[in-house]
Amino acid sequence: MKTERLLIIGATSAIATAVARRYASRQARLFLVARSETALAGLADDLRVRGAAGVMTAVLDANETAGHAKVLDAAFAAYDGLDVALLAFGVLPDQSACETSVEAAVASFDTNARSVIALLTPMANRFQQQGSGTIAVISSPAADRGRASNYVYGAAKAAVSTFASGLRQRLMPSGVRVLTLSPGFVDTPMTAAIEKGGPLWSTPDRVAIDIDKALARGFGTIYMPWFWRWIMLMIRSIPERLFARMKL
Amino acid sequence: MRAALSTWGRLSRRDHWIVPLRDRHTARARIAASPLPAIPYGNGRSYGDEALNDGGTVWLTRGLDRFIGFDVETGLLHCEAGVTLEEIIAVALPHGWFLPVTPGTQFATLGGAVANDVHGKNHHSHGTLGEHVRALTLLRSDGSAMACGPAQNADWFRATVGGMGLTGLISDVVLQLRRVAGPWIRSTIETFGSLTGFFELSSERSDAFEYSVAWIDCMGKRDVRGVFLCGDHDDSAAPQPKAAVRSAHFLPPLRWVTPAATRAFNALYFRRSASRAGPSLQSYRSFFYPLDGVLEWNRLYGRAGFYQYQCVVPQSGQREAVAELLKAVAASGTGSFLSVLKTFGTRPALGLLSFPMPGTTLALDFANEGASTRRLFERLDAITAAAGGRLYAAKDAAMTPQLFRLGYPRLDEFTRFRDPGISSEMSRRLLGS
Repeated sequence: MKTERLLIIGATSAIATAVARRYASRQARLFLVARSETALAGLADDLRVRGAAGVMTAVLDANETAGHAKVLDAAFAAYDGLDVALLAFGVLPDQSACETSVEAAVASFDTNARSVIALLTPMANRFQQQGSGTIAVISSPAADRGRASNYVYGAAKAAVSTFASGLRQRLMPSGVRVLTLSPGFVDTPMTAAIEKGGPLWSTPDRVAIDIDKALARGFGTIYMPWFWRWIMLMIRSIPERLFARMKL
Repeated sequence: MRAALSTWGRLSRRDHWIVPLRDRHTARARIAASPLPAIPYGNGRSYGDEALNDGGTVWLTRGLDRFIGFDVETGLLHCEAGVTLEEIIAVALPHGWFLPVTPGTQFATLGGAVANDVHGKNHHSHGTLGEHVRALTLLRSDGSAMACGPAQNADWFRATVGGMGLTGLISDVVLQLRRVAGPWIRSTIETFGSLTGFFELSSERSDAFEYSVAWIDCMGKRDVRGVFLCGDHDDSAAPQPKAAVRSAHFLPPLRWVTPAATRAFNALYFRRSASRAGPSLQSYRSFFYPLDGVLEWNRLYGRAGFYQYQCVVPQSGQREAVAELLKAVAASGTGSFLSVLKTFGTRPALGLLSFPMPGTTLALDFANEGASTRRLFERLDAITAAAGGRLYAAKDAAMTPQLFRLGYPRLDEFTRFRDPGISSEMSRRLLGS
């Protein structure tokens, strides 16, 4: 039996780890990329025990674009092609710090948008050449409309979403699917500083179920859980004059 | 982060300072940097105040959820301590391995199970979980780490197994699993109509079966009646059907477990079991974890929460003591929804504070009715103490320090292994600090 081949960049993030575990339990072969060697090694052991048929790792800081090509080469060579590539890294910048510090605003934009675009470009060409596969990138409902509380993060995710939308059109004829994953509030280390609770909050495990389904047969932009599509539809349809006066 | 926490009995819900641990490597530094005192908190399956620390810090261990290694030839499993028993089964069973000992829920973390030295329906043949632990890492609040096991720092190991989290935080565990052919249990159901009937069945079946336990109806008008369940792992490797999981999550927070409901349920359960008497093949889920099939069943006791009272009384005089305990319950008129009787094996306990001893254990559930529930516990405590028995810390929220001291004669030995930075509501109640 041929098992799925999955590349995850940002593999040690809570959501990516939960997705990787689902694949591992189906004996998939995984190529994991993250910044911390220790965390990567720990995750690799975990996935092997959970059933992964193959686990390979590469250390990469996505902001170092010079290192991208080598890692992508290794990932495509590891299992002789890839079925799925998931881009799951990102940072949630402190919005108020970004308002006073150009460095903070630009640095988070670099990680959340520039690095993603830098990776998607060569990755798209390789998948196009392969003529099959799925590229999935984690964006956010925050991309749908800039809000005072997190527009620096939202703007970077908007860049990613728009880029992915264009890529989707471009790769459609090549048989390559491009997915924009848009999870709402998820209780992860990234959101540790935010007050939690209430029906809008989800967990990495629950979001991973949705991502798993999306990777198998989803199309376009997928909100997770599903209700975010309708929440964001409402938020997008508020007239700008009114929206500008709102506190959201 | 500040957040309200409660445990399985839902008796209180107070603010704690929450320190989530993410993996065994970074845990040491996070522990050392935490405001003290603190207590480890796993998946919140202990019933009482063992994992609570009102206003203080809890270290959430659920993030320590990585498997580290699993030798499918020998069944030796190494994983972080926040992994749940359910996750271990999911990994082990496809390779023909199972937990050597399991409590009545698979949602407990491994660390919590070791810290309570849990037992199961096979205590008489396999002892407690601690006997199958080959090694563990203990993180202390001063930032140090210590490897413990039966052959290494064995004194610390005996203090930590069953040590209620008070000797340090268990970050990872090496566990010896046991071989099974598949997910099936060959079980036999028999009914009995008196306590004598229970003790007869128990002594006859213990040698013949690996697992045995009894459910009793202590709300009947006459003598107690009950259902004796025993079983063995079956040789069939056929995969089990997917389990249907229900949840009490969406029920209004009312008290559904009233005395009338309890009486009706017990009568129904007895009749249903009697009609199914005899041998059958059960999946491990329905055999070991029938209550896990109803998520959040603890909500059925309403806002005030509930107590579980689990005691063990020593072999000599066990019949009289159990009879007296059940009489006291019947006299109180409250009754218990799920009452469980089990005869323990005779092997000596591993931990300094391990609960099992040669004798019979009785577990009872009581809705929290305040003073009247406490009064009932005073009567039950007196009977347990007179019989030379003890209460199970994993279930407890009401024991007195006197009864704790009486029941656990090795308490003084244990005290010197305590981590000075660790304290819980339970430790302050029972040990004064």
